[in-house]
Amino acid sequence: MTSLEIGFIALGFALILVFSLLGSGRRNGTFREIKAFSRLRKNIELSVEDGTRLHVSLGRGGLLGPQSAAAFAGLNLLREVSQVASDSDQPPLATTGEAVLALLAQDTLRANYKTLNIGEEFSNRYAQVVGLSAMAYSAGLMSPILDNEVSASALVGNFGEEVGLITTAGQRSRSFTLGGSDGLSSQAILFASANEALIGEELYASAAYLGGSTAQEASLRGQDILRILIALSIIGLALSNLIDVVL
Amino acid sequence: MSKWRAPFSTAIAMATGILLLISLFVPQLNIVRASLLGWAILLSAVALLLGLVNLFQVHLHNIRNKEKGIYSFVLLAGMITTFLITIVQGREGVLADWLFNSVQVPLESSLVALLAISLTLMAARLIQERKDMASQIFAATLVLILLGSAPIFGLDLPLFSSVITPFISRVLSLGGLRALLIGVGLGTLATGIRILIGSDRPFSG
Repeated sequence: MTSLEIGFIALGFALILVFSLLGSGRRNGTFREIKAFSRLRKNIELSVEDGTRLHVSLGRGGLLGPQSAAAFAGLNLLREVSQVASDSDQPPLATTGEAVLALLAQDTLRANYKTLNIGEEFSNRYAQVVGLSAMAYSAGLMSPILDNEVSASALVGNFGEEVGLITTAGQRSRSFTLGGSDGLSSQAILFASANEALIGEELYASAAYLGGSTAQEASLRGQDILRILIALSIIGLALSNLIDVVL
Repeated sequence: MSKWRAPFSTAIAMATGILLLISLFVPQLNIVRASLLGWAILLSAVALLLGLVNLFQVHLHNIRNKEKGIYSFVLLAGMITTFLITIVQGREGVLADWLFNSVQVPLESSLVALLAISLTLMAARLIQERKDMASQIFAATLVLILLGSAPIFGLDLPLFSSVITPFISRVLSLGGLRALLIGVGLGTLATGIRILIGSDRPFSG
Protein backbone atom coordinates (compact mmCIF):
# COMPACT_ATOMS: atom_id res chain seq x y z
CA MET A 1 0.00 0.00 0.00
CA THR A 2 1.30 3.43 -0.87
CA SER A 3 1.19 6.37 1.51
CA LEU A 4 -1.45 7.97 -0.74
CA GLU A 5 -3.75 4.96 -0.30
CA ILE A 6 -3.16 4.90 3.46
CA GLY A 7 -3.89 8.62 3.62
CA PHE A 8 -7.09 8.16 1.63
CA ILE A 9 -8.35 5.41 3.96
CA ALA A 10 -7.41 7.50 7.01
CA LEU A 11 -9.27 10.50 5.58
CA GLY A 12 -12.32 8.29 4.96
CA PHE A 13 -12.15 7.07 8.57
CA ALA A 14 -11.85 10.61 9.91
CA LEU A 15 -14.69 11.99 7.77
CA ILE A 16 -17.13 9.23 8.72
CA LEU A 17 -16.24 9.53 12.40
CA VAL A 18 -16.59 13.32 12.37
CA PHE A 19 -19.90 13.29 10.50
CA SER A 20 -21.19 10.51 12.77
CA LEU A 21 -20.37 12.57 15.86
CA LEU A 22 -21.81 15.75 14.34
CA GLY A 23 -24.94 13.96 13.20
CA SER A 24 -25.68 11.94 16.36
CA GLY A 25 -29.13 12.81 17.61
CA ARG A 26 -30.06 14.32 14.25
CA ARG A 27 -31.50 12.13 11.52
CA ASN A 28 -32.78 12.31 7.98
CA GLY A 29 -30.45 14.88 6.53
CA THR A 30 -31.21 16.28 3.11
CA PHE A 31 -29.88 14.16 0.28
CA ARG A 32 -30.61 14.43 -3.41
CA GLU A 33 -33.66 12.47 -4.37
CA ILE A 34 -33.05 9.04 -5.85
CA LYS A 35 -36.22 7.95 -7.61
CA ALA A 36 -35.40 4.27 -7.14
CA PHE A 37 -35.62 4.57 -3.35
CA SER A 38 -38.81 6.64 -3.43
CA ARG A 39 -40.45 3.99 -5.59
CA LEU A 40 -39.11 1.17 -3.43
CA ARG A 41 -40.49 2.83 -0.30
CA LYS A 42 -43.86 3.20 -2.00
CA ASN A 43 -43.81 -0.46 -3.05
CA ILE A 44 -42.94 -1.57 0.49
CA GLU A 45 -45.95 0.35 1.83
CA LEU A 46 -48.20 -1.06 -0.90
CA SER A 47 -47.05 -4.60 -0.24
CA VAL A 48 -47.71 -4.26 3.51
CA GLU A 49 -51.19 -2.86 2.79
CA ASP A 50 -51.99 -5.52 0.16
CA GLY A 51 -50.54 -8.36 2.20
CA THR A 52 -48.23 -9.34 -0.65
CA ARG A 53 -44.65 -10.49 -0.35
CA LEU A 54 -41.49 -8.43 -0.80
CA HIS A 55 -38.38 -10.08 -2.07
CA VAL A 56 -34.81 -9.01 -1.37
CA SER A 57 -32.17 -10.77 -3.41
CA LEU A 58 -28.67 -10.45 -2.00
CA GLY A 59 -26.79 -11.78 -4.99
CA ARG A 60 -23.85 -14.13 -5.03
CA GLY A 61 -21.05 -12.07 -3.51
CA GLY A 62 -19.07 -13.85 -0.84
CA LEU A 63 -17.74 -12.22 2.30
CA LEU A 64 -14.08 -12.90 1.59
CA GLY A 65 -13.68 -10.71 -1.48
CA PRO A 66 -14.30 -7.14 -2.58
CA GLN A 67 -17.91 -8.06 -3.42
CA SER A 68 -18.64 -8.31 0.29
CA ALA A 69 -19.45 -4.57 0.46
CA ALA A 70 -22.29 -5.02 -2.03
CA ALA A 71 -23.52 -8.00 0.00
CA PHE A 72 -23.47 -5.87 3.18
CA ALA A 73 -25.42 -3.16 1.35
CA GLY A 74 -28.02 -5.80 0.52
CA LEU A 75 -28.14 -6.97 4.13
CA ASN A 76 -28.64 -3.38 5.32
CA LEU A 77 -31.51 -3.00 2.88
CA LEU A 78 -32.98 -6.30 4.07
CA ARG A 79 -32.84 -5.04 7.66
CA GLU A 80 -34.71 -1.84 6.75
CA VAL A 81 -37.30 -3.67 4.64
CA SER A 82 -37.93 -6.36 7.24
CA GLN A 83 -38.38 -3.80 10.02
CA VAL A 84 -41.36 -2.45 8.11
CA ALA A 85 -42.78 -5.59 6.59
CA SER A 86 -41.99 -8.52 8.90
CA ASP A 87 -45.35 -8.46 10.68
CA SER A 88 -47.36 -8.28 7.44
CA ASP A 89 -49.40 -11.25 6.16
CA GLN A 90 -46.59 -12.27 3.83
CA PRO A 91 -43.21 -11.61 5.48
CA PRO A 92 -40.30 -10.58 3.25
CA LEU A 93 -38.32 -13.27 1.48
CA ALA A 94 -34.53 -13.05 1.21
CA THR A 95 -32.70 -15.11 -1.37
CA THR A 96 -29.03 -15.55 -2.06
CA GLY A 97 -26.60 -17.67 -4.02
CA GLU A 98 -24.01 -17.68 -1.27
CA ALA A 99 -24.30 -19.80 1.84
CA VAL A 100 -22.63 -17.40 4.31
CA LEU A 101 -24.91 -14.61 3.11
CA ALA A 102 -27.93 -16.84 3.70
CA LEU A 103 -26.85 -17.36 7.31
CA LEU A 104 -26.43 -13.60 7.79
CA ALA A 105 -29.80 -12.94 6.14
CA GLN A 106 -31.44 -15.46 8.49
CA ASP A 107 -29.74 -13.78 11.42
CA THR A 108 -30.86 -10.31 10.29
CA LEU A 109 -34.47 -11.42 9.85
CA ARG A 110 -34.50 -13.39 13.12
CA ALA A 111 -33.23 -10.35 15.03
CA ASN A 112 -35.96 -8.16 13.53
CA TYR A 113 -38.65 -10.72 14.35
CA LYS A 114 -37.42 -10.77 17.94
CA THR A 115 -37.43 -6.96 18.08
CA LEU A 116 -41.02 -6.97 16.85
CA ASN A 117 -41.91 -9.62 19.48
CA ILE A 118 -42.90 -12.14 16.80
CA GLY A 119 -39.79 -14.29 17.13
CA GLU A 120 -41.79 -17.53 17.13
CA GLU A 121 -43.13 -16.74 13.63
CA PHE A 122 -39.67 -16.72 12.09
CA SER A 123 -38.68 -19.57 9.81
CA ASN A 124 -35.32 -20.23 8.16
CA ARG A 125 -37.26 -20.56 4.91
CA TYR A 126 -37.60 -16.76 4.83
CA ALA A 127 -33.91 -16.56 3.91
CA GLN A 128 -33.05 -19.13 1.28
CA VAL A 129 -30.12 -20.31 -0.74
CA VAL A 130 -31.72 -20.78 -4.16
CA GLY A 131 -28.74 -21.97 -6.16
CA LEU A 132 -25.00 -21.95 -5.79
CA SER A 133 -23.93 -21.30 -9.38
CA ALA A 134 -24.83 -18.17 -11.34
CA MET A 135 -27.34 -19.83 -13.64
CA ALA A 136 -28.80 -22.07 -10.93
CA TYR A 137 -29.34 -18.95 -8.85
CA SER A 138 -31.18 -17.11 -11.61
CA ALA A 139 -33.24 -20.20 -12.48
CA GLY A 140 -34.16 -20.63 -8.82
CA LEU A 141 -35.26 -16.99 -8.58
CA MET A 142 -37.30 -16.95 -11.77
CA SER A 143 -39.79 -19.40 -10.35
CA PRO A 144 -41.15 -17.36 -7.37
CA ILE A 145 -41.19 -14.17 -9.45
CA LEU A 146 -43.02 -15.73 -12.42
CA ASP A 147 -45.54 -17.43 -10.14
CA ASN A 148 -46.50 -14.01 -8.73
CA GLU A 149 -45.41 -15.02 -5.25
CA VAL A 150 -43.75 -11.62 -4.84
CA SER A 151 -45.09 -8.15 -5.63
CA ALA A 152 -41.75 -6.34 -5.57
CA SER A 153 -38.14 -7.42 -5.76
CA ALA A 154 -35.04 -5.56 -4.67
CA LEU A 155 -31.93 -7.08 -6.22
CA VAL A 156 -29.10 -5.54 -4.22
CA GLY A 157 -25.72 -7.23 -4.08
CA ASN A 158 -23.18 -8.76 -6.42
CA PHE A 159 -24.68 -10.07 -9.66
CA GLY A 160 -23.31 -11.08 -13.02
CA GLU A 161 -25.02 -11.05 -16.40
CA GLU A 162 -27.46 -13.69 -15.13
CA VAL A 163 -29.40 -10.86 -13.49
CA GLY A 164 -30.96 -10.32 -16.94
CA LEU A 165 -32.95 -13.54 -16.54
CA ILE A 166 -34.25 -12.43 -13.13
CA THR A 167 -35.33 -8.99 -14.34
CA THR A 168 -36.96 -10.54 -17.42
CA ALA A 169 -39.04 -12.68 -15.07
CA GLY A 170 -39.99 -9.48 -13.18
CA GLN A 171 -41.03 -7.81 -16.45
CA ARG A 172 -43.18 -10.78 -17.45
CA SER A 173 -44.94 -10.97 -14.10
CA ARG A 174 -45.31 -7.15 -14.05
CA SER A 175 -43.88 -6.94 -10.54
CA PHE A 176 -41.70 -4.01 -9.50
CA THR A 177 -37.97 -4.66 -9.71
CA LEU A 178 -35.23 -2.48 -8.26
CA GLY A 179 -31.70 -3.54 -9.08
CA GLY A 180 -28.25 -2.55 -7.89
CA SER A 181 -24.98 -4.35 -8.38
CA ASP A 182 -21.27 -3.62 -8.05
CA GLY A 183 -20.55 -5.28 -11.42
CA LEU A 184 -20.39 -2.96 -14.40
CA SER A 185 -22.01 -5.26 -16.96
CA SER A 186 -24.81 -6.14 -14.55
CA GLN A 187 -25.39 -2.42 -13.87
CA ALA A 188 -25.90 -1.90 -17.61
CA ILE A 189 -28.31 -4.84 -17.76
CA LEU A 190 -30.18 -3.59 -14.71
CA PHE A 191 -30.43 -0.10 -16.17
CA ALA A 192 -32.02 -1.52 -19.30
CA SER A 193 -34.31 -4.05 -17.70
CA ALA A 194 -35.23 -3.19 -14.10
CA ASN A 195 -37.96 -0.70 -13.24
CA GLU A 196 -35.37 1.24 -11.27
CA ALA A 197 -31.61 0.78 -11.24
CA LEU A 198 -29.03 1.89 -8.70
CA ILE A 199 -25.99 3.21 -10.51
CA GLY A 200 -22.48 3.28 -9.04
CA GLU A 201 -22.35 4.28 -5.39
CA GLU A 202 -26.18 4.53 -5.09
CA LEU A 203 -26.09 0.83 -4.26
CA TYR A 204 -24.34 1.56 -0.97
CA ALA A 205 -26.78 4.32 -0.02
CA SER A 206 -29.85 2.11 0.15
CA ALA A 207 -30.04 1.77 3.94
CA ALA A 208 -29.37 5.49 4.56
CA TYR A 209 -32.18 6.44 2.16
CA LEU A 210 -34.62 4.01 3.74
CA GLY A 211 -34.08 5.38 7.25
CA GLY A 212 -30.79 3.85 8.31
CA SER A 213 -28.42 4.86 11.10
CA THR A 214 -26.56 8.13 11.65
CA ALA A 215 -23.30 6.42 10.61
CA GLN A 216 -24.85 5.43 7.27
CA GLU A 217 -25.86 9.03 6.64
CA ALA A 218 -22.41 10.18 7.79
CA SER A 219 -20.72 7.79 5.38
CA LEU A 220 -22.69 9.32 2.49
CA ARG A 221 -21.44 12.76 3.46
CA GLY A 222 -17.89 11.40 3.77
CA GLN A 223 -18.18 9.78 0.33
CA ASP A 224 -19.35 13.08 -1.16
CA ILE A 225 -16.27 14.88 0.12
CA LEU A 226 -13.94 12.10 -1.05
CA ARG A 227 -15.62 12.15 -4.46
CA ILE A 228 -15.12 15.91 -4.77
CA LEU A 229 -11.45 15.48 -3.80
CA ILE A 230 -10.99 12.76 -6.44
CA ALA A 231 -12.70 14.88 -9.08
CA LEU A 232 -10.53 17.88 -8.24
CA SER A 233 -7.40 15.69 -8.32
CA ILE A 234 -8.34 14.30 -11.74
CA ILE A 235 -9.00 17.79 -13.13
CA GLY A 236 -5.77 19.07 -11.58
CA LEU A 237 -3.69 16.21 -13.02
CA ALA A 238 -5.31 16.59 -16.43
CA LEU A 239 -4.59 20.32 -16.44
CA SER A 240 -0.98 19.83 -15.33
CA ASN A 241 -0.46 17.25 -18.09
CA LEU A 242 -2.03 19.64 -20.60
CA ILE A 243 0.24 22.46 -19.46
CA ASP A 244 3.27 20.14 -19.77
CA VAL A 245 2.29 19.28 -23.35
CA VAL A 246 1.60 22.90 -24.33
CA LEU A 247 4.83 24.23 -22.79
CA MET B 1 -25.59 -13.87 28.80
CA SER B 2 -27.46 -13.01 25.60
CA LYS B 3 -27.07 -9.28 26.28
CA TRP B 4 -23.30 -9.69 25.92
CA ARG B 5 -23.52 -11.44 22.57
CA ALA B 6 -23.92 -8.27 20.46
CA PRO B 7 -20.99 -6.35 22.00
CA PHE B 8 -18.86 -9.52 21.94
CA SER B 9 -19.57 -10.20 18.23
CA THR B 10 -18.98 -6.54 17.37
CA ALA B 11 -15.68 -6.51 19.28
CA ILE B 12 -14.49 -9.63 17.42
CA ALA B 13 -15.49 -8.14 14.04
CA MET B 14 -13.80 -4.81 14.79
CA ALA B 15 -10.63 -6.36 16.23
CA THR B 16 -10.27 -8.80 13.32
CA GLY B 17 -10.89 -6.08 10.73
CA ILE B 18 -8.44 -3.65 12.29
CA LEU B 19 -5.82 -6.40 12.69
CA LEU B 20 -6.17 -7.37 9.02
CA LEU B 21 -5.92 -3.73 7.99
CA ILE B 22 -2.77 -3.22 10.08
CA SER B 23 -1.27 -6.42 8.67
CA LEU B 24 -1.31 -4.78 5.22
CA PHE B 25 1.29 -2.30 6.50
CA VAL B 26 3.19 -4.54 8.96
CA PRO B 27 4.71 -7.57 7.18
CA GLN B 28 5.36 -9.30 10.54
CA LEU B 29 1.60 -9.76 10.92
CA ASN B 30 1.27 -11.69 7.64
CA ILE B 31 1.16 -15.01 9.53
CA VAL B 32 -1.72 -13.78 11.68
CA ARG B 33 -3.54 -12.58 8.57
CA ALA B 34 -3.04 -15.91 6.80
CA SER B 35 -4.37 -17.78 9.86
CA LEU B 36 -7.44 -15.57 10.14
CA LEU B 37 -8.20 -15.92 6.44
CA GLY B 38 -7.73 -19.68 6.75
CA TRP B 39 -10.33 -19.79 9.52
CA ALA B 40 -12.68 -17.66 7.43
CA ILE B 41 -12.32 -20.03 4.47
CA LEU B 42 -12.96 -23.02 6.75
CA LEU B 43 -16.09 -21.38 8.16
CA SER B 44 -17.25 -20.58 4.61
CA ALA B 45 -16.96 -24.27 3.75
CA VAL B 46 -19.09 -25.19 6.78
CA ALA B 47 -21.57 -22.47 5.78
CA LEU B 48 -21.75 -24.03 2.32
CA LEU B 49 -22.93 -27.28 3.91
CA LEU B 50 -25.49 -25.34 5.95
CA GLY B 51 -26.61 -23.63 2.74
CA LEU B 52 -27.21 -27.02 1.16
CA VAL B 53 -29.18 -28.08 4.24
CA ASN B 54 -31.27 -24.89 3.88
CA LEU B 55 -31.91 -25.67 0.18
CA PHE B 56 -32.92 -29.20 1.15
CA GLN B 57 -35.27 -28.00 3.93
CA VAL B 58 -36.99 -25.43 1.71
CA HIS B 59 -37.73 -27.95 -1.02
CA LEU B 60 -38.74 -30.66 1.44
CA HIS B 61 -41.22 -28.16 2.88
CA ASN B 62 -42.50 -27.45 -0.66
CA ILE B 63 -43.09 -31.17 -1.27
CA ARG B 64 -44.89 -31.62 2.06
CA ASN B 65 -47.12 -28.62 1.38
CA LYS B 66 -47.59 -29.52 -2.30
CA GLU B 67 -46.23 -26.15 -3.40
CA LYS B 68 -44.61 -26.75 -6.80
CA GLY B 69 -43.86 -30.20 -5.42
CA ILE B 70 -42.79 -31.70 -8.71
CA TYR B 71 -39.95 -29.18 -9.22
CA SER B 72 -38.83 -29.57 -5.64
CA PHE B 73 -38.97 -33.37 -5.97
CA VAL B 74 -36.79 -33.29 -9.10
CA LEU B 75 -34.34 -30.95 -7.36
CA LEU B 76 -34.10 -33.10 -4.24
CA ALA B 77 -33.81 -36.32 -6.27
CA GLY B 78 -30.99 -34.76 -8.32
CA MET B 79 -29.31 -33.42 -5.22
CA ILE B 80 -29.39 -36.72 -3.33
CA THR B 81 -28.34 -38.78 -6.38
CA THR B 82 -25.40 -36.47 -7.16
CA PHE B 83 -24.37 -36.36 -3.51
CA LEU B 84 -24.40 -40.16 -3.13
CA ILE B 85 -22.59 -40.78 -6.43
CA THR B 86 -19.92 -38.21 -5.56
CA ILE B 87 -19.47 -39.68 -2.09
CA VAL B 88 -19.06 -43.22 -3.50
CA GLN B 89 -17.00 -42.45 -6.62
CA GLY B 90 -15.24 -39.24 -5.62
CA ARG B 91 -15.27 -35.91 -7.42
CA GLU B 92 -13.64 -37.30 -10.56
CA GLY B 93 -15.65 -40.51 -10.78
CA VAL B 94 -17.12 -41.55 -14.13
CA LEU B 95 -20.76 -41.07 -13.14
CA ALA B 96 -20.16 -37.80 -11.31
CA ASP B 97 -18.25 -36.54 -14.33
CA TRP B 98 -21.04 -37.66 -16.65
CA LEU B 99 -23.68 -35.94 -14.51
CA PHE B 100 -21.72 -32.71 -14.58
CA ASN B 101 -20.91 -32.74 -18.29
CA SER B 102 -24.19 -34.15 -19.55
CA VAL B 103 -26.71 -32.48 -17.24
CA GLN B 104 -25.28 -29.48 -15.44
CA VAL B 105 -23.25 -27.99 -18.31
CA PRO B 106 -26.00 -28.30 -21.01
CA LEU B 107 -28.62 -26.92 -18.61
CA GLU B 108 -26.49 -23.90 -17.75
CA SER B 109 -25.52 -23.41 -21.42
CA SER B 110 -29.18 -23.33 -22.39
CA LEU B 111 -29.78 -20.65 -19.76
CA VAL B 112 -26.90 -18.62 -21.20
CA ALA B 113 -28.53 -18.91 -24.64
CA LEU B 114 -31.83 -17.82 -23.10
CA LEU B 115 -30.01 -14.88 -21.55
CA ALA B 116 -28.81 -13.73 -24.99
CA ILE B 117 -32.42 -13.70 -26.23
CA SER B 118 -33.60 -11.97 -23.04
CA LEU B 119 -30.99 -9.22 -23.47
CA THR B 120 -32.07 -8.63 -27.08
CA LEU B 121 -35.72 -8.38 -26.02
CA MET B 122 -34.71 -6.06 -23.21
CA ALA B 123 -32.99 -3.72 -25.66
CA ALA B 124 -36.09 -3.73 -27.88
CA ARG B 125 -38.34 -2.95 -24.90
CA LEU B 126 -36.01 -0.19 -23.78
CA ILE B 127 -36.20 1.51 -27.19
CA GLN B 128 -39.95 1.01 -27.39
CA GLU B 129 -41.13 1.86 -23.89
CA ARG B 130 -38.69 4.14 -22.10
CA LYS B 131 -38.80 7.76 -23.21
CA ASP B 132 -36.51 9.43 -20.68
CA MET B 133 -33.27 11.07 -21.81
CA ALA B 134 -30.91 8.55 -20.14
CA SER B 135 -32.67 5.59 -21.76
CA GLN B 136 -32.63 7.28 -25.17
CA ILE B 137 -28.88 7.92 -24.87
CA PHE B 138 -28.37 4.30 -23.75
CA ALA B 139 -30.35 3.00 -26.74
CA ALA B 140 -28.62 5.34 -29.22
CA THR B 141 -25.19 4.27 -27.92
CA LEU B 142 -26.19 0.63 -28.25
CA VAL B 143 -27.21 1.13 -31.89
CA LEU B 144 -24.02 3.06 -32.73
CA ILE B 145 -21.82 0.41 -31.12
CA LEU B 146 -23.66 -2.38 -32.93
CA LEU B 147 -23.32 -0.61 -36.29
CA GLY B 148 -19.56 -0.46 -35.89
CA SER B 149 -19.01 -3.84 -34.27
CA ALA B 150 -19.50 -6.09 -37.30
CA PRO B 151 -20.25 -5.77 -41.02
CA ILE B 152 -23.96 -5.57 -41.82
CA PHE B 153 -24.85 -8.06 -44.60
CA GLY B 154 -21.16 -8.14 -45.49
CA LEU B 155 -20.99 -4.36 -45.75
CA ASP B 156 -18.50 -2.62 -43.49
CA LEU B 157 -19.37 0.92 -42.41
CA PRO B 158 -15.93 2.56 -41.99
CA LEU B 159 -17.30 5.71 -40.35
CA PHE B 160 -18.76 3.58 -37.59
CA SER B 161 -16.15 0.80 -37.35
CA SER B 162 -13.11 3.05 -37.33
CA VAL B 163 -14.31 6.37 -35.92
CA ILE B 164 -17.59 6.43 -33.99
CA THR B 165 -17.56 3.03 -32.28
CA PRO B 166 -13.91 3.24 -31.10
CA PHE B 167 -14.51 6.81 -29.88
CA ILE B 168 -17.56 5.76 -27.88
CA SER B 169 -16.03 2.60 -26.44
CA ARG B 170 -12.51 3.94 -25.77
CA VAL B 171 -13.26 7.50 -24.71
CA LEU B 172 -16.85 8.07 -23.60
CA SER B 173 -17.54 4.58 -22.18
CA LEU B 174 -14.17 4.35 -20.52
CA GLY B 175 -14.73 7.70 -18.79
CA GLY B 176 -18.16 6.62 -17.55
CA LEU B 177 -16.83 3.24 -16.54
CA ARG B 178 -14.06 4.80 -14.44
CA ALA B 179 -16.57 7.11 -12.79
CA LEU B 180 -18.73 4.12 -11.89
CA LEU B 181 -15.70 2.26 -10.55
CA ILE B 182 -14.74 5.25 -8.40
CA GLY B 183 -18.31 5.31 -7.02
CA VAL B 184 -18.22 1.58 -6.28
CA GLY B 185 -14.77 1.94 -4.71
CA LEU B 186 -15.92 4.77 -2.45
CA GLY B 187 -19.01 2.81 -1.43
CA THR B 188 -16.87 -0.24 -0.66
CA LEU B 189 -14.47 1.87 1.40
CA ALA B 190 -17.31 3.50 3.36
CA THR B 191 -18.96 0.13 4.05
CA GLY B 192 -15.65 -1.30 5.26
CA ILE B 193 -15.06 1.67 7.56
CA ARG B 194 -18.58 1.43 9.00
CA ILE B 195 -17.94 -2.22 9.88
CA LEU B 196 -14.53 -1.40 11.36
CA ILE B 197 -15.99 1.30 13.61
CA GLY B 198 -18.78 -1.09 14.60
CA SER B 199 -21.69 0.98 13.31
CA ASP B 200 -22.69 -1.60 10.66
CA ARG B 201 -23.32 -5.02 12.13
CA PRO B 202 -24.39 -7.60 9.59
CA PHE B 203 -24.88 -10.00 12.53
CA SER B 204 -27.32 -9.72 15.41
CA GLY B 205 -24.97 -11.08 18.06
